[in-house]
Amino acid sequence: MTGDSHRPAIDCLGKPCPLPVIELARALAGVELGEAVTLLADDPAAASDIAAWCRMRGQRLERAEPPSYTVVRVS
Amino acid sequence: MRALARLSQSRRLLPLRVGVSYGRSVTAATNLDSASGLPLHPAARDALLAALDDGWADPARLYASGRRARQLLDGARAAVATELGARPDEVTFTPNGTAALYAGVAGALAGRARVGEHVVHSAIEHSAVLHAVAAHPATAVPVDRLGRVDLTAWEQALRPDTALACLIAASHEVGTLQPVERAAALCGEVPLLVDAGQVLGRARVPAGWSLLTGSAQKWGGPAGVGVLAVRTGVRFVPGWPEDEHELGRSPGAVPLPAVLAAAVALQAVAGEAAGEELRLRALTDRIRHEVAALPDVEVVGDPADRLPHLVTFSCLYVDGEQLVRALDAEGFEVSSGSSCTSSSLEPSHVLVAMGVLTHGNVRVSLSRATTDNDVDRFLAVLPGVVEGLRAQAGVGDL
Repeated sequence: MTGDSHRPAIDCLGKPCPLPVIELARALAGVELGEAVTLLADDPAAASDIAAWCRMRGQRLERAEPPSYTVVRVS
Repeated sequence: MRALARLSQSRRLLPLRVGVSYGRSVTAATNLDSASGLPLHPAARDALLAALDDGWADPARLYASGRRARQLLDGARAAVATELGARPDEVTFTPNGTAALYAGVAGALAGRARVGEHVVHSAIEHSAVLHAVAAHPATAVPVDRLGRVDLTAWEQALRPDTALACLIAASHEVGTLQPVERAAALCGEVPLLVDAGQVLGRARVPAGWSLLTGSAQKWGGPAGVGVLAVRTGVRFVPGWPEDEHELGRSPGAVPLPAVLAAAVALQAVAGEAAGEELRLRALTDRIRHEVAALPDVEVVGDPADRLPHLVTFSCLYVDGEQLVRALDAEGFEVSSGSSCTSSSLEPSHVLVAMGVLTHGNVRVSLSRATTDNDVDRFLAVLPGVVEGLRAQAGVGDL
């Protein structure tokens, strides 16, 4: 984990895709390089869409343990 | 005749009139979803109308009209066999493509029950195959980012108790052509079932199959005709009482006029395929190129080794259902693999297996009716539709 332990997880439980990815994008834009954001999402498409978003945007998916996903801002 | 006349009069009582949709003509929209279904090929339409008069009898009967029906059915079987690269006695007509897949999987598994019941299949098979093997021990072989099956994993998945392997010739969702012949070579004694639904009449039918399936609706024939080919020597045990129809591989009589129309359509599209493949490939290349240039849109599937008529892409931050509806409002009919557009609310297992974005997904599939102008208009409308939906969702800044 990269120093985000005090930041609360973004709760997207019950929200359909693409909302979790939108909230992830918004949250990650607000943190410094090297910092992480944790997102809770249980939409059936969340696991694949969060991973695909990280790949497309060059961000690092550090941990994927559904429904919890931690993404580090690296670009 | 009197009964027919009564039936045609009673049509007035029906609330729905064929060919008329409420508010606007059904032909106003541009359909870019040929992978779901397409209008009857004109040659098939002619054949269907003629066969309604000429091919009504039971082909199993020995009198003159029965013999005539038998002759027509044999001709249809031979014509389809030629396009499949099969012998006529290897070809069976089924009620539809899904029934062909179910029958193929069940018959081949029962035929190999002595060996075992394990199934090897790609992760991107048609859902009918996934449903058909659900009760059996099965290994889903992964695909790469372009949607092509991993042959090393395929080889490793084959076991001494593997009774059947299944590989779709090309995914109807993303169009990537699969290495069927190399997968077949790795199978050895294990029969390979190839779902050729999207390649029949459009691209070369790969060799190496033990069982092959297709659907007339996908090649310009009528709905309600599927095809199952079983290579001579492949053990096939139907899970239903064998009758005198279709070599016992599909129960009951076939709808002969529809089967004849299906065969005529396959011959016709196969005859046009070489020219159409070049024309449609140029159009889909253009769509791939222009769509990839849009912000945050990813074109998926193999750029070169793919079906000629199909393009799939995903638009970041956009809801797939809204995209389909917005394009429909602009007069373009497309399909989507996004979860919100599926009855199960699950994302497409094909897109998930490829590791690509599942939301904001659009599949465009062209047909012989698609013109350059249709594609021009679609490409002119799409950027504004995507931008509008993003603005509406408040994600224009992301």
